[in-house]
Amino acid sequence: MQPLNLLLLTMVLAVVAYGLGYTRSRALAMPLGGVRHLKSLPGYYGVRAAIWCGVPALIILAFWAAFEGKVIQSIVVGTLPDTMIPDSAGEASLLMSKIGNVANGSLPPGFVEEPVAKAAELLQALQVQSKIYMTGLVVAVALLAGFLGWIRIRPLLNAREQVEAVLRWFFFACAGVAVLTTVGIVFSVVFETIRFFEQVPFFEFFFGTSWSPQLALRTDQVGSEGAFGMIPLFTGTLLISFIAMLIAAPVGLMSAIYLSEYANKRVRSIVKPLLEMLAGIPTVVYGFFAALTVAPFISDLASAVGVEASSQSALAAGLVMGIMIIPFVSSLSDDVINAVPQTLRDGSLALGATQSETMKKVIFPAALPGIMGGLLLAVSRAIGETMIVVMAAGLAANLTANPLETVTTVTVQIVTLLVGDQEFDSAKTLAAFALGAMLFIATLLLNVIALKIVRKYREQYD
Amino acid sequence: MTDHTSQAELVRRSLKHRYRKERRFRAYGILAIAIALTALITLFTDIVGKGYTGFLKTTITLEVTMDPDLMYLDDPTDSKQVRMADFVAPLVAAVDNALPGATADDQDALRRLINPYASNELRDALIENPEWMGTTRTMSFLAHSNVDVYVKHKGDAAYSIKLTGQQQSWVDELREQGLVETSFNDVFFTNGDSRDPAKAGVLGAIVGSLLTMIITLVLAFPIGVAAAIYLEEFAPRNRLTDFIEVNINNLAAVPSIIFGLLGLAIFINLFGMPRSVPVVGGLVLTLMTLPTIIISSRAAIKSVPPSVREAAEGIGASKMQVVLHHVLPLALPGMLTGSIIGMAQALGETAPLLLIGMVAFIVEVPEGVFDAATVLPVQVFLWAGSPELAFIERASAAIMVLLAFLMTMNAMAIWLRKRLERRW
Repeated sequence: MQPLNLLLLTMVLAVVAYGLGYTRSRALAMPLGGVRHLKSLPGYYGVRAAIWCGVPALIILAFWAAFEGKVIQSIVVGTLPDTMIPDSAGEASLLMSKIGNVANGSLPPGFVEEPVAKAAELLQALQVQSKIYMTGLVVAVALLAGFLGWIRIRPLLNAREQVEAVLRWFFFACAGVAVLTTVGIVFSVVFETIRFFEQVPFFEFFFGTSWSPQLALRTDQVGSEGAFGMIPLFTGTLLISFIAMLIAAPVGLMSAIYLSEYANKRVRSIVKPLLEMLAGIPTVVYGFFAALTVAPFISDLASAVGVEASSQSALAAGLVMGIMIIPFVSSLSDDVINAVPQTLRDGSLALGATQSETMKKVIFPAALPGIMGGLLLAVSRAIGETMIVVMAAGLAANLTANPLETVTTVTVQIVTLLVGDQEFDSAKTLAAFALGAMLFIATLLLNVIALKIVRKYREQYD
Repeated sequence: MTDHTSQAELVRRSLKHRYRKERRFRAYGILAIAIALTALITLFTDIVGKGYTGFLKTTITLEVTMDPDLMYLDDPTDSKQVRMADFVAPLVAAVDNALPGATADDQDALRRLINPYASNELRDALIENPEWMGTTRTMSFLAHSNVDVYVKHKGDAAYSIKLTGQQQSWVDELREQGLVETSFNDVFFTNGDSRDPAKAGVLGAIVGSLLTMIITLVLAFPIGVAAAIYLEEFAPRNRLTDFIEVNINNLAAVPSIIFGLLGLAIFINLFGMPRSVPVVGGLVLTLMTLPTIIISSRAAIKSVPPSVREAAEGIGASKMQVVLHHVLPLALPGMLTGSIIGMAQALGETAPLLLIGMVAFIVEVPEGVFDAATVLPVQVFLWAGSPELAFIERASAAIMVLLAFLMTMNAMAIWLRKRLERRW
């Protein structure tokens, strides 16, 4: 049976177990004089029986489905003669897909070597067997455990406490998913990064000034070794982020100030949602706008005033990214400005300061740490932003500070290296993971610092 | 005394200057908002201006004579004959008939006025209605994408017209006869992707997005709510809880592309899941939206007043009963609102899906969560990268479809909040 159908079947069994548990608890309560002589409500006995029936079976099903493929593959590869054992991961996957094709009938067995045809037969047999065993085991466990859970229902059994304990563990496990995600991120980048540094020297990656990850097809080709210096990528990322912040910081900050200090309620209620709309637009739309409208506009404008600008300039990507970040900056600053106690404001105004003087000399200094925290979060978002730069910035890794030239960024390179066919042991693919690790560390540091600043500041006035 | 007057005099003299500064500061604020709103308006007008023509299709209406001799076909029910038959010739002949000026040498140029897939449509129509053989019928076909571009963007310098001068005059002639028309582009909503811009549609991407969103919702909502309940109601104040909290806050700010790396390394390489499928996309987006849902769900739980909890505990409910019977139902509207906003983010997300291979060119509309699929934002990305302007027009149209979905979701969240919100 397919895992999905088996899942449905187990659920049906669990529902049946609920019904049986419910009726059994009521039947047990009858001679005692009614449901009130049970330790828990009948429904809890039902749920307890359903948990007994469903949970172990589902755990087995999940593990079986997750590891079935790997186990079968290793058995099949184990039967191949030594001469055919693949040396590299690429060859192994090629061989496995060949065996798989023979097994599912898309490649006639006569077309391949004999061991492969035999392996294919074995594969097919194992797959069929595995499905049968899985179905049998899961159904047996569901029935057996369900029966055990059902038979052990006693009037004095506190089913509610047991059910609640299971639920509490479930809630805890769900909260743990967040931790697992972080662990997953760390593991997925760390291992590949270590493998990357086995192939490319540490020093070259951090201090190299040229980036051209295209490895040669033949070893005798000119320039056959790729260059993996990340300096041009980081300067490119920083250049674009800098342009973005140049737009977003003043515009976002000033609109937050205007909205919180000057605007009346009506203006606020119209403008705020409109600004938030900018935040809700998908990044791919900004990328489209940057690549097809802003970039040509800038290069036309530049050539009109006699400056040379590339068609994929850092300026275009930075400008549009700035627009994207405006609402982010303005809503964070708005929160911080509103958190400044009204007494400070009133005191300053009472001394005869104008509103702008109050803002500049009293509120802004008080809100500064929070605003800095918000800006740092915005920078981290700019560094990690992908679609705008993929669509509007280029691929050429230029080491330049000229915003009219093409630059490339860390995220662009990750996408370019990983989209399309890839070998999992080439330095090119591993480089993407190394870049991912750098990006993760950089944004994590920025976030931790920013969150700390914001939190510390908040404590002062609460 | 004199000292006082001079102070007041100083203040009075400086007032003009200070007020000017005040006005300037205010003007900066208005300017900032104006910049932001101009950007918003420019963005929208640009996309609508580029894309509204994507909702139009150009059709060509022809008097097609199904001549058995011309088509080498007597019996459309015979599949062998159908395979050998010529379905292009009657179409070209029909165009030829409509254009008295065309000669026998122009066959090739005439053929390029009709969509390359039109002959397939004719074939399918004939297989379904074999009795049409030998008759003349009025049929409508999609025009060639070059004709489409010409009809829609004749005077636009940005578009390069690929028709020859003669073809252009033919199209003009056909338009005067009312045979070439533009109408609402239903093809755009009933087709998957295609190499031919005239046949390309967003249905495949919409279904792919839908499947991915279903997976995300089914996983992220229960897990997020359960995690929020644990952290808010059951978690003891200890280091582990703090660690989980810090983790969630940091995950909310991790760049989305990192989640793509996670999906590639863990789900595809480690667990051996297939590439390009909505299941993996849904899993990655689940992990990405979980922090958003957890944070908003916690806020919703916090807003339930303690009196409700105390009342329930007072009449003997266990902690779990308090949470499940009283707190959760009251917090649910807030949780739903937060989840819809999280889902809207996930719907617009592109970068992580590129890494798990949802960028393939896929013509078929996916039928299940294990079929190769693409999603709306990725479809926009694919079309936007095309050198053909006809695809750019489709990309803008697809953006409008995407924005329509997002706005509906956000409007739903606002409506839900207004409708179900309770003030305590």
